[in-house]
Amino acid sequence: MKKFINDVNHMLTESLSGFAAAHADLIELNLEPNFLTRKNKSKNKVAIISGGGSGHEPLHAGYIGYGMLDAACPGQVFTSPTPDQMLAAAEAVHMNKGVLFIVKNYSGDVMNFEMAAEMLPFEHATILTSDDCAVINSTYTTGRRGVAGTVLIEKCVGSLAETGADLKTCKTFGDKINARTASIGVALTSCTVPAAGRPTFDINDTELEMGVGIHGEPGRRREAMREADAIVKDMLDAILADLKPQKNQEVLLLVNGFGATPLMELYLLYNSAAKLLNTHGIQITRSLVGNYTTALDMAGASITVCLLDDEIKQHWDSPAHTPALRWGI
Amino acid sequence: MSLKTSFICESAIAIRNDILSHEAEIESLDRAIGDGDHYVNMKRSSEVIAGLVDELKPLSPDEALNKIGMKLLSTIGGAAGPLFASFFMGMAKIVKHNGASNPLETAAAFAAGVQAIMQRGKAELGEKTMLDVLIPTSTTFTLSAAGDNKVTEICKAVKAAADQGLENTRNLVATKGRAAGLGERSVGHLDAGAKSCQVMIHAVCNLLLKS
Repeated sequence: MKKFINDVNHMLTESLSGFAAAHADLIELNLEPNFLTRKNKSKNKVAIISGGGSGHEPLHAGYIGYGMLDAACPGQVFTSPTPDQMLAAAEAVHMNKGVLFIVKNYSGDVMNFEMAAEMLPFEHATILTSDDCAVINSTYTTGRRGVAGTVLIEKCVGSLAETGADLKTCKTFGDKINARTASIGVALTSCTVPAAGRPTFDINDTELEMGVGIHGEPGRRREAMREADAIVKDMLDAILADLKPQKNQEVLLLVNGFGATPLMELYLLYNSAAKLLNTHGIQITRSLVGNYTTALDMAGASITVCLLDDEIKQHWDSPAHTPALRWGI
Repeated sequence: MSLKTSFICESAIAIRNDILSHEAEIESLDRAIGDGDHYVNMKRSSEVIAGLVDELKPLSPDEALNKIGMKLLSTIGGAAGPLFASFFMGMAKIVKHNGASNPLETAAAFAAGVQAIMQRGKAELGEKTMLDVLIPTSTTFTLSAAGDNKVTEICKAVKAAADQGLENTRNLVATKGRAAGLGERSVGHLDAGAKSCQVMIHAVCNLLLKS
């Protein structure tokens, strides 16, 4: 393992401190328990809080700010944060209009946010994101995982909350976007959790992992490495089978890097995906390409498609000012 | 066999020692079908609880168990935090109400802890999780204690049940936890969470067998 580290036990604190210092105009950091809040608070809105394991930067703290999150709770690397963090964050940012948790559907995150919600003295609701269509949903599994589609939900629900919408309306909107969004990821290499010091899984130069999760957890199957167009076709086949879009449907296309894949390749994937969606008569009217939900130093990418409607478009286009997403303001 | 605070403290130290000495085994299981953070979490949490011993000593057994639960809840994170916390807090509740002054009462408290894990994780036997060790262990503990066996016999039976439960996870398809995404590919591997529980159960039983 070769990484920039002073002491592996202090890595998270040092990184959070750097993040807060670099974005001192937008962010305030509290340590022990760890949570980050927005500096310029809105006056009267639903408080939106997310959180999850670290290692997915800029998710979630990078999306704190006007038009998105009020607070984020970072856990240890790839490990859910704990209820005391969520309770302290809620205490710090709630504005008497309720607290809305946005939680990726991983059992650790779900259970910790659930225990926090049980102890929360305010009105609250939770949006569980589950856009990863690589995991087949059934009553026997924990269900689909929440991955890069979470960013769209944080953006759009954050925008709606900014208009003063109530807790129930915000939650319903988030659930709607989640139901209209599907993602699938591919890994070319493993990631290395700093505390573990070695790659999470073994994969050789001729293989890829189709359907990988954002912690390097294996997905659908190990497959042979092949040209980008063929990989993208398989990814979009899974997404389209899940979303079943009508002809002429407007979509948002997100090509997300996992941390070690250059933008040049991400744009190549975008090009490939756009051509394919066009042949299906699907109109891409919103796009995002970059590292928005990463998995440490994993090489690979995910594709996310969201079926747009006027409400989602309006809240996607509305201004946001956060460390990682900023437009219109 | 009664559950005294001093025994809870000795168990905390023994568990930490045994988790640390099984690092390679637990870690390689998690790398095979998990996501690589299980051992790190077990290490951190067992060290934190072992470090809590001086604070636990003046407490009653139920208070000590509850404090362990609360500490785990704010320390581990991941799924393991709420699950282990629920175990200790569930156990504490029963110890507070009924006491744990003999093997049968202690077995009842253990069973309540296992129940609490099942509720929090919405999981059952046969899903390739720690419950595949904990549920049969709990059943054996209760049956053996009810059969008026000596502590040494109860411990041997409980250790054997934990070993068998762990071995059973090898051929299960994971339907809960991080390995669930693997489906059939999880077959052939032992579950890392089940392994950690087997290690901890052995640690506590060995402590009793020594005394």
